[in-house]
Amino acid sequence: MAVDPSKIVQLGNGKNGNLVKPYDANDDSLLTKAGLQDTVWATRLDAVMGWARKFSLFQYPFVTACCGMEFMAVSASHYDTDRFGAALPRFSPRQADMLMIVGTIVHKQAPVLRTVYDQMADPKWVVAVGACAVSGGFYQNYTSVPGADKVIPVDVYIPGCPPRPETILDALVKLQEKIQHSRHDVI
Amino acid sequence: MSETTPELSDALQTVLQGLGDKVLAWHDQHGDDTVLIRPEHRLEVATWLKECELHFDMLMDNTAVDFIEEEPRFEIVDHFFSTKTFKRLRVKCRVPENKPNAPSLVPLYGSANWMERETYDMYGVVFDGHPDLRRILLYPEFVGFPLRKDYDKLHEQPLFEARYPGVRETDEVINPRVGVELPIHGTEVPR
Repeated sequence: MAVDPSKIVQLGNGKNGNLVKPYDANDDSLLTKAGLQDTVWATRLDAVMGWARKFSLFQYPFVTACCGMEFMAVSASHYDTDRFGAALPRFSPRQADMLMIVGTIVHKQAPVLRTVYDQMADPKWVVAVGACAVSGGFYQNYTSVPGADKVIPVDVYIPGCPPRPETILDALVKLQEKIQHSRHDVI
Repeated sequence: MSETTPELSDALQTVLQGLGDKVLAWHDQHGDDTVLIRPEHRLEVATWLKECELHFDMLMDNTAVDFIEEEPRFEIVDHFFSTKTFKRLRVKCRVPENKPNAPSLVPLYGSANWMERETYDMYGVVFDGHPDLRRILLYPEFVGFPLRKDYDKLHEQPLFEARYPGVRETDEVINPRVGVELPIHGTEVPR
């Protein structure tokens, strides 16, 4: 069936970020009036962008310490971040949009982390994995940065020393929710 | 120091006889043969150890201990190992705070290079004759020597300004909006 593009309209407030709005027979909207209720799913462009972005997280693993072992377990097939679309680690920050800080950050390293973050292209998100990346953990001395958010902004904090793999997956889901519900400007 | 006791290990007896008066004190507690020497004898003692019949051909570790109450303050500790006779020997020497110098072992052992740099980095002990004595773990901007007992363990030297002040219980946290101190858990982190 040919669709007249001028008849496609936006419906709903999109607050829940649902890409697919269920068809309501009693819906008296413009879409129904246009006779397109079986053909067109109405949504916001914002929601589509969020939906696409939350399932194609390309991660840059900034692994500095023992949490890395746990992170490898999460990436491997038992727990498998690929189920959430965040499987492929990119070892160039230019190709990544999720920075995973896995482990302790020391003061000597902080400029490196800052550079890596600056090199990532927008949109980008940061996940701090483990107690050290969140707050410095049990380190309180001359060398450790008390939390990676002293250096760069962090979206999701994962506690634990080290965190359980389920915790990391939970953080991934939370980050997906955040991405889905945040504003995506289309240039 | 030529007198030895029958209970001493053969290796320590050999070392004591060979080094003679250079050994100030010695023990073999817990099976760890240990001798104390003067810092100025460090290189020649190591030379002898490497060439003697025990063949201490490997410098396993170099570090220091800060005895802040005592003088001389710093104790340089070297651990030697022989890959031919499988003996181990610990050699210590004390250097004072105002002149913490000792000859470097780099001419004899290549492994001494990085280990002495770390000892310098952490304790400020200077090794004369070291080809490249600069910080190895910390950054060049760092002031002071963090493993000295008089270094404040909470004193950090960040390379650039933090995005927001204080998260630790030792830090003073000020809420910028009302200017009053808040407990840590009530602090909002600006984004």
